[in-house]
This record gives sequence, C-alpha cells and structure tokens, in this order.
Amino acid sequence: MAEIKVDCTNETCPVPLVETRKALRKAKEGDIVIVIGTHPASKKEIPMAIKALGLEMLDIKEDGDVWTIRIRR
Amino acid sequence: MANKATIVAHSGDMDKIYSALIIGNGALAMGMEASIFFTFWGVQRLKKDGLEKGPLSKMNMLGLGKLMVKLKMKKVGVVSLEKLLQDFKELGGKILACDMTMEIMGIKKEELRDDLISDYCAVGTYVNEARDSSITLFI
Repeated sequence: MAEIKVDCTNETCPVPLVETRKALRKAKEGDIVIVIGTHPASKKEIPMAIKALGLEMLDIKEDGDVWTIRIRR
Repeated sequence: MANKATIVAHSGDMDKIYSALIIGNGALAMGMEASIFFTFWGVQRLKKDGLEKGPLSKMNMLGLGKLMVKLKMKKVGVVSLEKLLQDFKELGGKILACDMTMEIMGIKKEELRDDLISDYCAVGTYVNEARDSSITLFI
C-alpha cells in the first residue's frame, strides 16, 4: 500500500480534477491518493468525482486556502 | 443512458476549443467515457502546430483580444490546450476527425496529428457515439 501525493497548489479548473483522476488510474487498489490544492471549486468537485467513481474519500482538511483530500483507491 | 459524453467541436475558436477540452477532461475525470468529434473549423485545430492557433470567438481584434485573454489566462494559471489534449488522451478520451471536412478543405492526413486521432469518420460514427451518451454538446 503506497501513498501518492498530487500537488495541485495554485492550479485551476480542470487541472486538480484531471490530476486526481490520473493519479487514481495509476494507483493500485488500497493505495492512498493525497491531493493538495487551492482551487475552491475543486474542493467540492473532487469529492463528487470520488463518489461517481465509487471510491472512498477518507477525509478533507483545510488550512487557510489550502485543502487536502485523501482518497483510498 | 450510458456513462458517456460526446462533444462536437465545430468551431476552431481558441476559447471554444478550451470549452470542448475542459468538458471532455471533466467527464473523463468523473468516470465517464468521452469523445470529441472535430468538424469544420474544429479540424483546423488538429493540424500540426494548429491547436493554439484559433482566434478568440468574440473581440479577437486581429489577435489583440486573444493576446490579452491569453495573458490573463496565464496569470490565473489556466493550462495550455496542448496539456488538456494530452490529458484527454491519457485518460482514454477519443479524438475523431470528420473526413468530409478534410475533403472540403483539402486537408490531408499527413497534415494532421495522426498519432492523437482515434478515427477519421463521418456522421454515422458521431450518431453512434451520441445515441448512448448522457451528455452531448455542439460547440
């Protein structure tokens, strides 16, 4: 089980969503994908994508403008 | 309805190609299949070195408007059309090129980015893709 970090800080639409999907495709089952970003809409939309993909969102943390989403593949 | 998005890129305008590729990428990112059918002015963008060459759909002002929008996009952090196209392909998106347009405009396969194009086809392929798509757009 590996942890895969995706840094999307200062990236805008649709990069955080696309990079999350790219990382999830490469990850193996059980791996944790950690996405870090600042784009406000992506904070809402990545959880929507996770749900649509039938995956599990572990948690979402916010520190000022920076959010971190952890997903289990 | 299948979990699929089918987009017609009829316009070759820079901003509209952005819309087509962003929506296509969004669909793929959210677990859908996606294909973009490039026809008429859209085919121009599939030419080698042609992707970024489209004018702005409004207030292009001989390219000045486009330049201003491009600068603003860079400031905001919008990625290039090239990156969006590469991501679209990486996530399994299909690029279809209209062969009638190629005939009308005298565009040869050799002039296009053949490596990215899944198929050269006509309306039947578009309808076949679109008939079981829950998202279809004409841009």
